[in-house]
Amino acid sequence: MTIAARVDRPRVSAVSQASGPDTQPLRRRARRRRRLTALAFVAPLIAYLAAFYVYPLYRNLDLSLRDYTVRSFVAGDAPFSGWDNFQKVLDDPTFGPAMRHTMVFTFVSIAFQYVIGLALAVFFNRHFRLAPTLRALFLIPWLLPLIVSASTWSWMLNSESGVVNYFLHFLGVGPVGWLTSPDWALTSVIIANIWIGIPFNLVILYSGLQNIPGELYEAASLDGASAWQQFRRITFPLLRPVSAITLLLGLVYTLKVFDLIWIMTKGGPGDTSSTLATWSYQLGFGTLLPKFGPGAAVGNILILIALVFGLLYIRVQSGQRRQEA
Amino acid sequence: MTSHRKGSRRYTGRKGSRRYTVIGLALTALMLFPVYWMLNVSLTPQQDMRKTPPDLLPLHPTFEGYRAVLDDQLPYLGTSLLIGLGTVALTLVLAAPAGYALAKLRPLGGGALGLFLLVAQMIPGIVMAMGFYGIFLDAGLLNSWWGLIIADSTIAVPFGVMIFTAFMSGIPGELIAASRIDGAGTFRTFWSVVLPVSRNAVVTVSLFSFLWAWSDFVFANTLDGGGDLRPITLGIYKYIGNNNQEWNSIMATAVVASVPAAVLLVLAQRYVAAGVTAGAVKD
Repeated sequence: MTIAARVDRPRVSAVSQASGPDTQPLRRRARRRRRLTALAFVAPLIAYLAAFYVYPLYRNLDLSLRDYTVRSFVAGDAPFSGWDNFQKVLDDPTFGPAMRHTMVFTFVSIAFQYVIGLALAVFFNRHFRLAPTLRALFLIPWLLPLIVSASTWSWMLNSESGVVNYFLHFLGVGPVGWLTSPDWALTSVIIANIWIGIPFNLVILYSGLQNIPGELYEAASLDGASAWQQFRRITFPLLRPVSAITLLLGLVYTLKVFDLIWIMTKGGPGDTSSTLATWSYQLGFGTLLPKFGPGAAVGNILILIALVFGLLYIRVQSGQRRQEA
Repeated sequence: MTSHRKGSRRYTGRKGSRRYTVIGLALTALMLFPVYWMLNVSLTPQQDMRKTPPDLLPLHPTFEGYRAVLDDQLPYLGTSLLIGLGTVALTLVLAAPAGYALAKLRPLGGGALGLFLLVAQMIPGIVMAMGFYGIFLDAGLLNSWWGLIIADSTIAVPFGVMIFTAFMSGIPGELIAASRIDGAGTFRTFWSVVLPVSRNAVVTVSLFSFLWAWSDFVFANTLDGGGDLRPITLGIYKYIGNNNQEWNSIMATAVVASVPAAVLLVLAQRYVAAGVTAGAVKD
């Protein structure tokens, strides 16, 4: 890398100053060298991506297209089985609930994260005393390791000794079996996930608010617009591009949430809080008799869904950038 | 930007400001209640753990939990530190030159590479973990700390390249041209001009790659479940998994595992906010 870069340099500047028809081949060679230098700088990354992104994904695809057992997983001679694993997964009674839970988990989480995040962003945009400090403290849930948040919430939501049920008792509500009752397990992990996701929404939406010119609000308040009218007519419409980005990114990130659910409920009781992510892991690593093929198939379905929203995100973002330019 | 700041401050008068501060404090307290509760439980004596009503303040604090951390968890913490630092090093080595190339050297296929990196960030960790499992099994990398560094770096490398690209695009071309006129090659220019002025990007990428490696659970649980050197996330998970009822030890470990996040927030808050927004919003 070093050598290529050093050799190439002086010639480039020599050539760029020269002109005339005889320097054409020289100039072409200089361009080629510049290209080689650029390549030398990205080559390690490309090799890395090939080995540690493309190859694992290929292995995963291969897993989902073969009939693996534990023995053939080690020996590596599993027979090709085409779409069998996908068919098996789609016919599995767990597929419907897992898909439904994934959607409910994702959309409910995002709706609450976004609304609460936006309300807080508008609130913190008021520039009162301590606002920057408090806003920084709001980042904490997002920075904590997921296992820390998940185990803290597990204990808070404990049916017998959890502090949440204690507060509910104050309000005259009987104890709720948050993590142990099939009716509440999904709600519990959604609550914890909303808590974790609020800071992300707050930070991005707050930075979006910084780009709305203050004069607009001044003019509106001179015209007698109420705070709510200002929000509805100015803040919300002007924040729409940032909102779209926040929601789509949130979607992609929330679809793949695994740790939180796995640590809090393992997808249970039964399958009542299992999503595609936890089900995939359950199949591959959750039992003594791993089903790598179906597990990988579920994983690949999850990638497909994430990519749909991911590509939508890329389209929206590049569209916005073009508009600005 | 300054003008509209002044503008919005105008209609939050002195009195209003105090009211907002009070509401802000209340909201922050509500939001951080789980963090407080973690601290409180970590100091609660075992016999009071299932008391009704629970003690809302640690009136009889005990350090049993933290003693358990010292006894059981120190090796895990050391491993996490090692893996975190290793991930930072690997991420910087890969991402900084690539970011420079994408920002300034216009390599062939640079656009496609950028797109690939964006998509790469959307791939669920469990899918990567499953793919890695087979590869590591073949290569004998299962249950090794450096295998885990490689796996953990996949979370941070695409993000790192994007941060470096965005930051280095903003470096004035004259600075690089001046270095060339002084006779420095592309690599020298990168090393002694571009990298030093990109300090902020280096800090942001290092912070996030450390934090993500430190917090990783999926890769650790899949690829290092039976190793000699296991990270702290598995230390906590083992505590919970053993149906351990000593919640003060579990929460004390959680508190200790949160220390890097807290340090980060105090020392490097602006880098954190920059990192959160960098990937999402372009200005």
